[in-house]
Amino acid sequence: MIALSGIERVYRAGGETVRALRGVDLTVRAGEYLSIMGPSGSGKSTLLNILGLLDRPDAGRYLLDGRDVTALGDDERARLRREKLGFVFQFFHLVPRLSAAENVELPMMLAGIEPAERRRRVARLLADYGLADRAHHRPSELSGGQCQRVAIARALALGPAVILADEPTGNLDRQTGREVMAALERAHEAGAVLVVVTHDPEIGARAHRRLRMRDGAIVADTSA
Amino acid sequence: MRAADTVRFAWGAAAGARARTAFTLLAMAIGVAAVVAVTAIGEGARRYVVAQFGALGTNLVIVLPGRSETAGAMPGVLLGRTPRDLTLEDALAVRASRALRRVAPLVVGAGDVHVGALRREAPVLGSTAELQDIRRMTLARGRFLPAGDPRAASAVCVVGATVAAELFGGRAALGEWLRVGDRRFRVIGVLAPQGTSLGFNTDEAVIVPVAAAQQLFNTEALFRILAEAKSRDLVPQAKADLEEILRERHEGKRDVTVITQDAVLATFDRILGALTLAVGAIAAVSLAVAGILVMNVMLVGVAQRRAEIGLLKALGASAAEIRAAFLVEAALMAAAGGAVGLAIGRLGVWLAAEFFPAIPFGVPAWALVAAPATALATALVFAAAPARRAARLDPVQALSRR
Repeated sequence: MIALSGIERVYRAGGETVRALRGVDLTVRAGEYLSIMGPSGSGKSTLLNILGLLDRPDAGRYLLDGRDVTALGDDERARLRREKLGFVFQFFHLVPRLSAAENVELPMMLAGIEPAERRRRVARLLADYGLADRAHHRPSELSGGQCQRVAIARALALGPAVILADEPTGNLDRQTGREVMAALERAHEAGAVLVVVTHDPEIGARAHRRLRMRDGAIVADTSA
Repeated sequence: MRAADTVRFAWGAAAGARARTAFTLLAMAIGVAAVVAVTAIGEGARRYVVAQFGALGTNLVIVLPGRSETAGAMPGVLLGRTPRDLTLEDALAVRASRALRRVAPLVVGAGDVHVGALRREAPVLGSTAELQDIRRMTLARGRFLPAGDPRAASAVCVVGATVAAELFGGRAALGEWLRVGDRRFRVIGVLAPQGTSLGFNTDEAVIVPVAAAQQLFNTEALFRILAEAKSRDLVPQAKADLEEILRERHEGKRDVTVITQDAVLATFDRILGALTLAVGAIAAVSLAVAGILVMNVMLVGVAQRRAEIGLLKALGASAAEIRAAFLVEAALMAAAGGAVGLAIGRLGVWLAAEFFPAIPFGVPAWALVAAPATALATALVFAAAPARRAARLDPVQALSRR
C-alpha cells in the first residue's frame, strides 16, 4: 500500500539545518494499524505529513498504492489526498462557522458530489458516530470528543484507503480519548490503513504495529 | 467543486465575518452611490440646459456681431479691432431670406424704471412684435408690442410679471405709465411668469420698441438679431442666407457670427456629457479606495483563516479552488455593496428631485451599469493578491498553527 525508501527531509531555519527525517524506509501493507511514537522533534509529524502528501521529501521515493507520488504536482497531490487519504488532527480543525453536518460534507463538496447524495451520506456518517442529534450544532457547541468524532466522520466521508491521525487524543481526556480511538479503529476494521502518531503509550499500544522514532529515524518497529 | 457550492461556501465565509463584510460592503456601497448621485446631478444639469434651449424654440438662429467660431471670445476684440455693429437696417434686410419665418432685432440695456415714487433697476429689452413668438412669450394681460414700422419709437411697453407686481403692487398695471430714464412708456401688456431662460429672466424685464430702446441707450447697435427658421430642416439654409445677406451689407466682410440652436445645443450636450463622465470618474476613485479596503479585509481574512485554508488543502482542495473561493467572496461583497449603493444612490437622487424639482435629475443608463461593474472589477483586482496568497499557503504550516 505504502512504500517509503530513503526519505530525507531537511529544514533550514535561521541558518541552521535540521534533518527532520534521515533516510526513512517504511512499508505498510493494506489493512495495517500502525502507531508512531517518539519524543518531540523526532520526526513523527514530518513523516505523517509526507505520508499525507502535505509535505515533500527532499530525497527518497514514495510509492502510494503502487504509484510513484514523489514528484507529483500540487493539484495531483490534492486530488490524491481527496481520493485516498483521510486526516484527523489534534486540534480537530473544524471550520467554526459550519455546522457538524456541513463540516462532514466539506470533502464531498470538494469532490463535486451531488447535494442530495451528500446529505444522505452525511446523515449516515453522523449516525454512525453518534452525532445524529448534533448535526446542526456548530463546533463551539460541541464537546472535544464530539468535535473529534465529527473530524473522524469528515476524514471518512470519501472512504479513504489510509487514515492519518496526528495526536488525535492529544487534546482530550483519557476516557474521551479511548472513545475517539474506538471510532478510528472501527474505520480501520472496515478496511482502511490507520496510522496514529501519539505521545500516549496507552494509545500507541492499541496499534498492531508500533514504530518508535528518534532523531528523524525509525529506531524500533514491533508487531503485537 | 461545483460552482453553486463555491458560491455557497464563499457566502458563508463572508457572512461569518460579519463586521468585516459589513464595512467592505458599506465602502463599496458608498462608492457606487457616489457615482450614481454625481452622474445624476450631471445628467440633471445636461437635461436642464437642453430643456432651456428647447424653450427658446428649436429653429432659433442667432446673429451676433463679430466673427467667431463659437460664442466665446471674439478674435476681433483680441486683436483690438471693434467688430462692426449690427444695425436695425441689417435686421430688416435679413427678412428677405425665404428660409426665415420671423426676425426680431434685440437691444439690451439696464435702465432705472420709475412708477411714481417706486424705482427699480431692470433689464430693458428693445425689440419688435416678432420677439413674442420667437421667444415663446405668453401674456398674462393686454397685448405685446404692436406690429408696424420697427423704426417708430412708440411709447409703449410690455412688463415682466415681477416688474408688474413690484412697481404696481396690487393695482392693474395695464394702461398705466412708467418711466425708464427720461422717457415715459404706457404699459400695454403684462407677461405671464416665464421663469429664467438661459440666465435671462424676462419676469424682471421691461420690453419696449427697438427704436425706443436705441434712443434710450443712445446707440445704433443691436445686441443680437434673433431669427426663426421656417422648419428645422431650413436652419442651415437660414444660417447661410443670414451670413450672405450680412456679408453683402458689410462690404463683403464676414464680420458676424451666426449660431444655431442645434449647434449650441450639441455643444452644450457634448460638454455636459463629458463633464458628467468626468465627475463620475472622480466619484469612481472612491471605489478604488473601497478596493483597497477589500484587499485589507481579504488579507486579514486569509490570515485568520489559515487553519481553514490548510484544512481545505488537506481535504483535497486545489489551489485554483481556494483562489476561486476567495475571489467569489470578494465578488459577492462587491455585488451586494453595488446593489445597496444603487439603492442609496437612487434614494439620494429621489430626495434631490424632491428638493430641487426644477432640475430633471436622472441617472444615466451607463452609470447604472458602470458603477456596479467598476465595483465588481475593483473588488476582483484587489482580491487577486490575497486570493493568490491563500492558494499558495503551505498546508503543513497553515495547519500547524492554532
